[in-house]
Amino acid sequence: MFAEQLKKRDVYAGVLMTLLGAAISLNSYANYRLGTLTQMGPGMFPLMLGVAMTLVGMLILGNAIVAERDPDETILPAQREWRGWACILAGPIAFIVLGQYFGLAAATFGCVFVAALGERSSSVKEAAILAAIITVVGCVVFSLVLKLSFPLVRWGV
Amino acid sequence: MIQSALSDLWFGFGVALEPHNIMWCFIGVLIGNMVGVLPGMGPLATISILLPLTFGIKPVGAILMLAGVFYGAQYGGAICSILLNLPCHPPHAVTCLDGFPLTKQGRGGAALGITVIASFIGASWGITEMIFLSPVLVKVALEFGPSEICALMFLGLLAGSTLARGSPLKGIAMTLLGLTLGIVGSDLDTGMPRFTAGLPNLLDGIEIVGLALGLFGIAEFMKSVNQITAVNTSYTRVGLRDLKPTREELRRAWPAMFRGTLVGSLCALIPGTGPTIASFIAYATEKKISKTPEKFGTGMIEGVASPEASTHSSVQGDFIPTMSLGIPGDAVMALILGALMIQGVVPGPQLIRTHPDIFWGLIASFWIGNIMLVLLNVPMIGIWVKLLAIPYKYLYPSAMFFLCIGVYSTNNDMFQVGETVVIGLVGYILLLLDFHPAPILLGFVLGPRFEENFRRAMMIERGDLTVFLRHPISLVFVSLAFSLVATQIYLRLRKPKVAAAEKALNARIDAVAPAEP
Repeated sequence: MFAEQLKKRDVYAGVLMTLLGAAISLNSYANYRLGTLTQMGPGMFPLMLGVAMTLVGMLILGNAIVAERDPDETILPAQREWRGWACILAGPIAFIVLGQYFGLAAATFGCVFVAALGERSSSVKEAAILAAIITVVGCVVFSLVLKLSFPLVRWGV
Repeated sequence: MIQSALSDLWFGFGVALEPHNIMWCFIGVLIGNMVGVLPGMGPLATISILLPLTFGIKPVGAILMLAGVFYGAQYGGAICSILLNLPCHPPHAVTCLDGFPLTKQGRGGAALGITVIASFIGASWGITEMIFLSPVLVKVALEFGPSEICALMFLGLLAGSTLARGSPLKGIAMTLLGLTLGIVGSDLDTGMPRFTAGLPNLLDGIEIVGLALGLFGIAEFMKSVNQITAVNTSYTRVGLRDLKPTREELRRAWPAMFRGTLVGSLCALIPGTGPTIASFIAYATEKKISKTPEKFGTGMIEGVASPEASTHSSVQGDFIPTMSLGIPGDAVMALILGALMIQGVVPGPQLIRTHPDIFWGLIASFWIGNIMLVLLNVPMIGIWVKLLAIPYKYLYPSAMFFLCIGVYSTNNDMFQVGETVVIGLVGYILLLLDFHPAPILLGFVLGPRFEENFRRAMMIERGDLTVFLRHPISLVFVSLAFSLVATQIYLRLRKPKVAAAEKALNARIDAVAPAEP
């Protein structure tokens, strides 16, 4: 019975919202002055939102427990794209790191190259060519035309 | 009244016809049309990417361009639906039902031709509605006190969250999350930092560009990576000559276009019902009044003309509450409102008086933009059709770069790129749990003003919560909000068939455009 409930997506959705709502309410109650309704302090409005979110979360959870489970339902999507997910998240991180130490050109190349590797059908060579094209276009547009304050090439912090 | 509206409109054309404004409008509709055609890119992601680039241009040009992306994408989205059977763009999902069978019968070109005519008629009506309705709304809204504004925002938020795609309950949860995210930063009254986790970078609040690009960029790419397969382009050879519909098709499509326009303009008046709902209702109406309802789904031209006209009249009508009251109906409008605020323009009923150039210039630019779109779509249809074949694996990595540089350039701050990654990851987890992220943006944009007006209303009324029921105008808004919730509950409990049909269509849209509203 309990194991069956854990296979429903909405159970997780409900629990997540309830916990989030509770965390927001507790945080605003403990850390910020509530004040009165006439003279509201910084904590009053977030507390209201938190309580409302907790209630909505519990409603979602209740609905999920009562509802019949769809046999096709899975928590993670049927095809798990770990590589795709990791590459898409790593793209902007590469942008931050390379941008911080080596400048715009390297950041652009790194970001596009890493993100492009997320697609299963694209090869390293293809990703590199795409990244090179975007780097040239991006540097011309942002550095030369729009004059963004981001050095094209730099070394160190 | 009519005369003053017309003379204001004349002034608007003067603004919109300034060479640089025409240029921005053209760039906007061109980019919009392009992303509307591309499978896997939507107007929300595009407007978020373009938003930082508009900081350098004047407010009028910026708004003209961003609005152009939105309605330009509607023209492009129809091409994708009719020729590829892909609902890349939710408002056009219903067009697939009859548009694609027409394509298979070799009449896809004619369906596109009808679409262009229907779009122009629908849009023109929506614009006319905005010209005459907005001044009236503004006049009423200028009398509003904090409690009325608060009740109106409550209605707008509730409608925006429950009428959007997906479960209404989850929509409300997302709106609440958005309101909470809007709180992050210094408190307006006391200056106390709230929910900043001790990070000084968050004192100014979460950046709207970062939030939008995380939710509609990164999260959507994560959902779509390796999922969008190469599209079947065997039906996409359409040239200029194919666009011409036969006389019989035109005869059947005309009345459908006008019915669709009417449905769309009515939907635009209800807050929260965007173009997607309008097109569904138009299709259902068309099917109901048709003498041959069983033929729908096999290539009825009415099933293309009516939803398309309704989408466009509702898209233009969507701007009415946004520009005249400062209350956006959906996430795209929230983003455009956010763009106005970044430009230092305060949205609300006073906008029409303090910035008549923005208001009337925008309206005039709608017409100019729509004429440009007709000109772009008719002779250049072959080029747009070729764009359909651009593979997603080249598209999203390039978009990732524009996303990073866009977020960075808002404040020249790398922290915000990191913030966007975190928001993207959270957004993807929410997508996995069937939450639709669009209401988050709505709540985020309205949140600070909602809190401010709520506090003010409570201060004036000495903490008496019944004020919302005592003032007649706010009573109307509050009761509308509650009847909205009651109808939703009724529909779900009593009409499981309607709910099931909605769910099935949603699942189809989710496969290609998960985060677009």
